[in-house]
Amino acid sequence: MEKTTYMNPYLAGFFLGILLLVTIFITGRGLGASGAVKSAVVATTVSVAPAHAGDSRFYREYMDEHPESPLKNWLVFEVVGVVIGAFLSGLVSNRLNLTLEKIPTITNKVRIAGALTGGLLFGFGAQLGRGCTSGSALSGMAVLSTGGILTMMAIFGGAYAFAYFFRKLWLPR
Amino acid sequence: MGPLVPEIIGNELNFVVALLVGIAFGFILEQAGFSTSKKLVGLFYGYDFTVLRVFFTAGLTAMTGVLILTHYGVLDMSLVYVNPLFLWSALVGGVIMGLGFVIGGYCPGTSFCGAAIGKIDAMVFIVGSFIGVYIFAEGYPLFEDLYKAEFLGSPQIFETFGMSRGLFGFVLILVAVGAFWMVTYIEKRQNNGQKIDITPSKMVLPLTGVAVIIAFTAFFFPEKRETVLEKVSDKEFVNQLEIQSMSVDELALRLMLKDRNLQLIDVRTFEEFKEYTLPNAIHAELEEMFNKNMNNILNNREKVIVVFGDDDYSGKKAAALAKELGYKNVGYLSGGLIEFKSEILDFEAPGILPAARSLADKYKFRSSAAEKLPAIIEAAKPKEVKKEAPKRVLGGC
Repeated sequence: MEKTTYMNPYLAGFFLGILLLVTIFITGRGLGASGAVKSAVVATTVSVAPAHAGDSRFYREYMDEHPESPLKNWLVFEVVGVVIGAFLSGLVSNRLNLTLEKIPTITNKVRIAGALTGGLLFGFGAQLGRGCTSGSALSGMAVLSTGGILTMMAIFGGAYAFAYFFRKLWLPR
Repeated sequence: MGPLVPEIIGNELNFVVALLVGIAFGFILEQAGFSTSKKLVGLFYGYDFTVLRVFFTAGLTAMTGVLILTHYGVLDMSLVYVNPLFLWSALVGGVIMGLGFVIGGYCPGTSFCGAAIGKIDAMVFIVGSFIGVYIFAEGYPLFEDLYKAEFLGSPQIFETFGMSRGLFGFVLILVAVGAFWMVTYIEKRQNNGQKIDITPSKMVLPLTGVAVIIAFTAFFFPEKRETVLEKVSDKEFVNQLEIQSMSVDELALRLMLKDRNLQLIDVRTFEEFKEYTLPNAIHAELEEMFNKNMNNILNNREKVIVVFGDDDYSGKKAAALAKELGYKNVGYLSGGLIEFKSEILDFEAPGILPAARSLADKYKFRSSAAEKLPAIIEAAKPKEVKKEAPKRVLGGC
């Protein structure tokens, strides 16, 4: 077991819940994460291949919602904050360390391939499901949204259903 | 009254809020251990349920808070983003995310935390998620049908189940507490008796107690909205209230003078309002009195605010509701629209010419009003009546 101590989960959950509540009260919306990735993807495509982006409905719909700049989006600012906040937390708890985290029984290549594939699926799924664990599941639960809670159950249900097949990635035996 | 954006906190300042919220979000996630994939996937293999504990405690805390703020009318839920429900994309997207979770070991928010403290696998995960979004963007025409299928509005779960808000909160908290106890048991077995949860044992019972008490209060809280609506549905209660009213003659005079200080509020149905209404009246049915955008209108002390319905009672009822909600300056049209029509607009000279001077004055006034007002009402009729939908914030991921 690692020696680094983490905050009590219920206390952390309470703080996170209060933060979410304050966010909803101030801004009328919850937390999120994958939306920032979407903004960045749109921004990249629009600047690299503007003609192509103008042809595609996905980019056009997004650009219509963000007339000034695709990066001028609430979630982009929030995620920049997340990176800063997590870095500060790692700093005060002495957890800053450039490592590839994996169990000893798999190779670095396997872990990297897994992370890449997992990220790809999650990024894709979050677009289809209109939000990820933060935006759909957590924030959806706070406002008791049927859509958010359904997505949450699908995420966790799906993960449990597939967990057995990928056990070798996580359980050293 | 919340949400504070955009009236109290401007859209530009909101980006600063986003940054600060993000910093707190990242800090808490990292402190909770969400920056390591081993801890995150532990939940799916039964060796570490930290994620479940943090996640559900957070969800329930925020939910309870939202219930309480809504209950006391401090937060207008009609302006808060509620995730829309597109049945198939929610399910299929969710399952794909679940698959990504067990293969990659992160979700988008946690991958940013992991990357921030130097986890290379988290950085790779982020790269992967960019590719995933890009594939979705490029293949959008292929997925669009699935993406937009079975749109069911933005329901809240208690509506879906036909329960009251409080009852659902109650059930959810009890389920969560049960789950917390169960996963602690599973965790212990998976780790050969070693405890992962660092909550001191003597805290477990008090914490459970607190959760159960909160659940019960959520359950027993009658909604302010329901209570007030019930109160003003009581005819006797409304009738015994003393509420300022305006006579049809005064209204006619003010309309003829095109009094700018007059604020009329039509509480009949929207169809009736579209069909025919008084000059410059705005439409607000009873339920809409709770909305945040009515706040500015009903609180305006510069104006003479008069609500009206078809009859005397429907106007008085709406004014009573406004009074119950703390708006002191709201009166109603005595006799309602029906009396206004019969006494003023359709005014006809009585058979015998009135001898009394007061009656003669009334006769003169009413007949000239009957002559002039229809044109004024017609001229003031809004050309295109569109119901202004409340501006919900765009949220989600």
